[in-house]
Amino acid sequence: MIRLRGITRSFGANRVLAGVDLDVGRGESVVVIGGSGSGKSVLVKCILGLVRPDAGSVLIDGAELRDRHARDAFLARAGVLFQGGALFDSLPVWQNVAFRFLRGPRALPRAQARALAVERLARVGLAADVADRLPAELSGGMQKRVGLARAIAADPEMIFFDEPTTGLDPIMSGVINTLIRSIQREIGATAITITHDMTSVRAIADRVAMLHDGVIRWTGTVAEMDATSDPYVAQFIRGAAEGPIRALR
Amino acid sequence: MNAAAPLATLGRATLAMLGAVGRFTIWLGQVLSHVLRPPFYAREFRNALMQIGYLSLPVVGLTALFTGGALALQIYAGSSRFDAQFAVPQIVAIGVVRELGPVMVGLMIAARVTSSIAAEIATMRVTEQIDALVTLSTHPLKYLAAPRVLAGVVVVPLLVAVGDILGILGGWLVAVTRLDFATHEYLQNTVDFLDATDITSSLVKGAAFGLIATATGCYAGMNAGRGAIGVGRATKSSVVMAAVMVLAANLLLTEMFFSR
Repeated sequence: MIRLRGITRSFGANRVLAGVDLDVGRGESVVVIGGSGSGKSVLVKCILGLVRPDAGSVLIDGAELRDRHARDAFLARAGVLFQGGALFDSLPVWQNVAFRFLRGPRALPRAQARALAVERLARVGLAADVADRLPAELSGGMQKRVGLARAIAADPEMIFFDEPTTGLDPIMSGVINTLIRSIQREIGATAITITHDMTSVRAIADRVAMLHDGVIRWTGTVAEMDATSDPYVAQFIRGAAEGPIRALR
Repeated sequence: MNAAAPLATLGRATLAMLGAVGRFTIWLGQVLSHVLRPPFYAREFRNALMQIGYLSLPVVGLTALFTGGALALQIYAGSSRFDAQFAVPQIVAIGVVRELGPVMVGLMIAARVTSSIAAEIATMRVTEQIDALVTLSTHPLKYLAAPRVLAGVVVVPLLVAVGDILGILGGWLVAVTRLDFATHEYLQNTVDFLDATDITSSLVKGAAFGLIATATGCYAGMNAGRGAIGVGRATKSSVVMAAVMVLAANLLLTEMFFSR
């Protein structure tokens, strides 16, 4: 279980997170929605330890991530799909996917690591011939799928998806959403996805949380989201220019 | 205008510079600690040896060859004014081994290797590849910086040795083809004149310049700003910083080895 309490983070005078509280149950898929610049990416980076919060705590299964060792242990159980894929462009696809298994404490013989990578690529719908290509030789959708294969390579207990469908056409977005949902259910992972794509929200979420003005303003299921009277959530899901959320920021 | 304003500006600039030096020193200490602590990334180390060492051989070799030849011509022209042309082999040897060899190699490495390391790592930073490394339980300093810095310290002295040999060869080629020296006499004078300190200083300078060139590239890349402009600035500042530090370190090491 992931529990966030009072996470704050400012950049200069800009207070991006102003006390975020959020609970994500084991095996649950929570999607955090919010406008561009609302701090969704910063929130996920605070959980992953890539950005240090000014205050507040991140608890995993009740234990706070206080030091490097706790964070390392947490990251060993986590997988991350980055917005732009963040594939290592000097390495072929299979070495990206099997990165954890080519070095460090979980290193496997190369042939075994490669076989594992090919199996994970198949799981995201990519053929074995992709394995030896470089990331730059792949389309955006294929890069996302390779990123997804890398995120699930070690069967993580927790997966984080940062804008998984940004920059993809609607069909490829649908493919990625379906993959994310099916893989998350298959491996029973706890998932946090950040997005402003409502199609993704409906495809992926068990529960939705809206981040606005640095705090979680609303949480509920997709059905509750569709029926909510909260003017912020209603404006966001309608994509309306008029409403309490300023369109020009 | 406040009379103390220029002093305040100078003070702020000095404090900022000392702060930057302090941050770089702490960062370098962390990298060196990663060089000594497992896990070791042998594949990345081998790749760095290839990139820094083997692939720099053509530029280093040609630079040294041409510089050695030009040096022989200049020394001949200068020494002939007081009938000391016989000293060309000795002065070329001293000049190349003590100074020009290591410095030219250091500057070439700063131009070729530092810029490439800074641009590559800065691009990794702006495309979140360094964040991805962290989430894959891999320390960026250990994976990106430690192998490159170690490879620089190991391989640049070898490049300097090659540069020294080719620099002397360049001087010899010009001396025997243009200045009427005999091969045997030229090479014998060269060998007789150089001593162990000359060669040691050359190799030590190479190791120091290798450290500077790789560390500045990694540091600038890892601290790059956002976007293409961040990559550009990191690349430019790393080359400038590396070149200035190579020349400053050269002065210090020359003072250490040869001041009487």
